[in-house]
Amino acid sequence: MTELLPNPLVWLILLPLGWAALAFWLGPGRGRILALSGITLQLLAALSLAADILHHGTVTHLVGGWQEPLGILLVSDGLSAVMLLLTQAVTLPVAIYACQYLNRENRRWFWPLTGFLLAGMNALYLSGDLFNLYVTLELIGLAAVGLVAVGGRSEQVAAALRYLLASLAGSGCFLLGVALLYGCYGTVSSRLLAELINVPTPPAVWLAAVLICAGLFLKTALFPLHFWLPPAHGGAPAPISALLSALVVKASFYVLLRLWLGPFAGFIAPLAWLPALLGSLAILWGSWQAIRADRLKMLVAYSTVAQLGYLFLVFPLFGTGSMALQVGVLQAVAHGLAKAAMFLAAGLLIKAGGSERVAGVSHAANQLPVTLFAFALAGISLMGLPPSGGFLAKWLLIDAALAAGQVWIAVVAISGGLLASVYVFRVLLLAFRDTEEGDRPRPQPVAAGMEWTAFTLAVAGVGLGLAAMPLFRLLEGVGR
Amino acid sequence: MSSGLLFAVVGCLLFVMGLGGIILLDHLLRRILAFNLLGSGIFLVLVGLAQRSGRPDPVPQAMVLTGIVVSVAATALALALARRHQAAGGNTGQTDRTSPEERHD
Repeated sequence: MTELLPNPLVWLILLPLGWAALAFWLGPGRGRILALSGITLQLLAALSLAADILHHGTVTHLVGGWQEPLGILLVSDGLSAVMLLLTQAVTLPVAIYACQYLNRENRRWFWPLTGFLLAGMNALYLSGDLFNLYVTLELIGLAAVGLVAVGGRSEQVAAALRYLLASLAGSGCFLLGVALLYGCYGTVSSRLLAELINVPTPPAVWLAAVLICAGLFLKTALFPLHFWLPPAHGGAPAPISALLSALVVKASFYVLLRLWLGPFAGFIAPLAWLPALLGSLAILWGSWQAIRADRLKMLVAYSTVAQLGYLFLVFPLFGTGSMALQVGVLQAVAHGLAKAAMFLAAGLLIKAGGSERVAGVSHAANQLPVTLFAFALAGISLMGLPPSGGFLAKWLLIDAALAAGQVWIAVVAISGGLLASVYVFRVLLLAFRDTEEGDRPRPQPVAAGMEWTAFTLAVAGVGLGLAAMPLFRLLEGVGR
Repeated sequence: MSSGLLFAVVGCLLFVMGLGGIILLDHLLRRILAFNLLGSGIFLVLVGLAQRSGRPDPVPQAMVLTGIVVSVAATALALALARRHQAAGGNTGQTDRTSPEERHD
């Protein structure tokens, strides 16, 4: 009776929806145990799904047994399995950290919103049609906006509103593009569209592709459409910033990657320089803003703007026979792990130092050695120093760019690493600086459990560089 | 001009007006209304597509229904946040138009 034990695809969506609804029903601040056990089960489901895909290839599930186009087809291949694993693997330590970090005010609706966010992201990675992708993008956007506003302070609400309007404009563009595609081909299935769209491409399809890409650029905060990201990610409580920076922006990048390699593959290649150019500008501008940021969390948020730029550098390399897809996904995973660790560490440094400014981290070397070590390890991955996951991604990117004759991409990648080292060392130097005993602020105690969760994520980010082979095996045969 | 094309053209026009409103307007309530205009434009395009072949096509209509649910939820969230913003900040429902770079440095 395989019907009674549906495959992990269904559980990955049902579990977070279930525990989020229960946590909401239990009331403000409740549902911690439910959430932690739910996320653990989801991680197991994602692992079993990945093992399934390694052995049998693509896994599908028709929801409720209804056939397309009225039924919804859930599809999972290696690429979505990697993203699902990343999502659950980052959320679990962040949730453990959040149990101790969040105060009563911030904790009120944290668990239900996180559950809905996870359900949205898991459903997005399992969607096989464009309309479903739109709905899941909206679900993610609404849950993420709720999380940004969870603290209720005036600047947090302002950041949430800015984020909400940007997110709605982005998904509006996406939906109009989907409508135009439906008008041309009478289907929104990603697989069918990939077969139907031929060269020469009609102008309506070009318009649809441009609208969809623009909407996704806005949602992935590609320069110059990144204006909403720093206040939203820098202003939210640390565990929420970690979820937003590490996972949420990757969801819209995944959609872009899917469409670029699927339905749009036949005609969009001449435009590939555009995301790469904007990505280069994002690296330079984001790093520069991180270097001169005044508040520690704004520094980390601008570092996200810069690191997202790397994701877009791979677009001209598709179809050159290189490992462009692997490079892009590896960078997304490496950044997810490192950035989550960095935000968690930054939250502890702020809590212990009592100041949100970068200057507030002085003395952290004595006071919070584990946290500072986590911050430094995450920084190593962002800079691209061996043996971290970031190093492997950037190394393969430079290798692929040189092989394709795109020297400028290699130059941008290297200078981005140098700029990253400036803002990481800016924090580390301050942390080791010794000032007079008199002006030392009274250290606030920080629970050791939180330090070690940040540390675990940072170690995972570095270890990824040594153990990337399973990831590459999962990605074999995707997009071709 | 067929009715389907008319729907599509008017829908695109509404979409552009809505998008322009979200980007250019200052007042929060107007921006939320602009988002609704943008949404209505998309729904009009979809409804126009649904009646293109003479008999109604259920798939775009199902999409419009789903889209309306999403946009009602988004509008409710935006209005709740706008009220919270006004209550917390006390300013007259205007978003902060200074760039984030200037604000935090």
